[in-house]
Amino acid sequence: MISRENLINLILAALLLAVPLAAYASGEQFYITLATRIAILALAATGLNLALGLGGLVSFGHAAFFGIGGYAAGILATHGFSGDPLLLGLSGTNQMPVIWLVAVLAASFVGLVIGAISLRTSGVYFIMITLAFAQMVYYFAISWPAYGGEDGLSILVRNQFAGINTMRPLNFFLICYVTLLVALGLFSLIRGSRFGSALQAARQNEVRVATVGIAPFRIRLTAFAISAGITGLAGALFADLNRFVSPSMLSWHMSGELIVLIILGGVGRLFGPVAGAMLYVIFEYALGGVTERWQFFLGLILLGVVLFARGGLLGLLAGRAKHG
Amino acid sequence: MTLALALEQLLNGLQLGVMLFLMAAGLTLIFGVMGLINLAHGSLYMVGAFACAAVAAATGSFWIGLVASLIAAAAAGALVELLVIRRLYDRDHLDQVLATFALILIFSEGTRWLFGSFPLYLDIPPILGGAVMLPGGLQYPVYRLAIIAAGALVAFGLYVLISRTRLGMRIRAGESDREMIGALGVDIRTLYTVVFALGAALAGLAGAMVGALQSVQVGMGEPVLILAFVVIVIGGIGSIKGALFGALLVGVTDTMGRFLLPQLLALFVPPAQAGMIGGAAASMLIYIVMALILAVKPRGLFPAAHA
Repeated sequence: MISRENLINLILAALLLAVPLAAYASGEQFYITLATRIAILALAATGLNLALGLGGLVSFGHAAFFGIGGYAAGILATHGFSGDPLLLGLSGTNQMPVIWLVAVLAASFVGLVIGAISLRTSGVYFIMITLAFAQMVYYFAISWPAYGGEDGLSILVRNQFAGINTMRPLNFFLICYVTLLVALGLFSLIRGSRFGSALQAARQNEVRVATVGIAPFRIRLTAFAISAGITGLAGALFADLNRFVSPSMLSWHMSGELIVLIILGGVGRLFGPVAGAMLYVIFEYALGGVTERWQFFLGLILLGVVLFARGGLLGLLAGRAKHG
Repeated sequence: MTLALALEQLLNGLQLGVMLFLMAAGLTLIFGVMGLINLAHGSLYMVGAFACAAVAAATGSFWIGLVASLIAAAAAGALVELLVIRRLYDRDHLDQVLATFALILIFSEGTRWLFGSFPLYLDIPPILGGAVMLPGGLQYPVYRLAIIAAGALVAFGLYVLISRTRLGMRIRAGESDREMIGALGVDIRTLYTVVFALGAALAGLAGAMVGALQSVQVGMGEPVLILAFVVIVIGGIGSIKGALFGALLVGVTDTMGRFLLPQLLALFVPPAQAGMIGGAAASMLIYIVMALILAVKPRGLFPAAHA
């Protein structure tokens, strides 16, 4: 017997696939781009969900990892295009798998450094410190002129993926969609693993976890680095979607948006980020079509969700989460 | 590099520090008494600046504008506290972050709705115009000195308010045990609204004073808000003394870093590169200082006694 939540998850996954296919069939390319945006934002939020949902680590700085992934793609592609060596004689590339690897490694490494300092604290301190570190990366990107500084960096031709024409919107959507599914699989695997249990236990009762001989710090740091890596991967895809990287990917509004996606969908739930990203992009599109001031109404809706509808969309559809 | 130039930068740093203190004092007070993290504090700063600019433009007087900024920010703060913030005190920090993030969206778009997308400008009052001669033959604007003086005055006033008055006593009692002072018959809900409005007024004052130095525009509060976070993290969340110390440290470090680092690097590398690397490094300097302080003292320099 399939649980209600799993059924809803399946429907969401099918919906996200069906819309661009239908759009392709009817020639409405725009909706494919919209769906790609949903898939990428959901991927980024799935990364954050690992730290925030499972680990209870309210990171207000995940834009840093998103942007680092984006800049990894942008910088590698620029060097691949111009042929200038990057550093230590290594050249750039336009191959997505290589770019993804670099994006994940770079974001994870920065996540490890930021996490190692930030995880010494907790609560409000953690929120503010992750925010501050992300701002540090943001200001660095703005004041470092080599890769566009404040103006950002264009990727002239979308990067390649083994024999697939990535310039076609549907193909690129499918790449993002499959990546999202793989990340969700990883999330589910981690949640069910011994590591995931320890991570969730550390959220619920840190002292008990320490008492049974598990050091919460290491568990959290590992989770934070994996989380950063997934969000970095999403950043690389986002850069390829827009064929443009700018400091706005690193801005603290982005960090806020990622948290918003998770809350809208449902904290700590497998498909929370997917549901949240769908709602968010649809709000943005629908409200944006009606009024220029859509952010005002987004604020009101968000306020309403936080104050009155806790548990997000999945909480509403599938009932309260089983875990605390 | 002359000594006079260094002195000018030092004063600029002090001025930034004083302004950050006005922001950080409200944030840290609100966190200390109510346990609330308020991202919308930067919006109250913006409200103060817009109120001052609009009223000053209508009446022709900066001083009426300044009073209006205090009233508008305090009123906006009290209103937001009554409608939204009040429901967040016993929620976790995630909910607080989200609700106040939503408030930022509402405030920013709402202000853009009312005033349009173009920045407003606020003139320095004539009495504080001009410059004074500092030792070393340097002209320094009077207005900036006035901001430093005003900040010092507010810091002193806040000290007297908190350590010498009945309201201050209640605030301190609220910080150490909020249930007990409720049980002793203090109307805790009103106290919270008053503290929130007080913090908002300080932010509004900062916004109004800085509004005459920069343009008054939507989003002006956000960079300041984040600097104020750095300040209270360094100083210890909940500590006014920490906020003062942290604000001056951040203000001076940031300003002096931008001034000195490129020059320091120019001793080792060509000037163009020194400017680029120095500029980038200077923009990261305060965050590096914050990381170093946290590595030694995770709860800040002046950790508050309670949770």
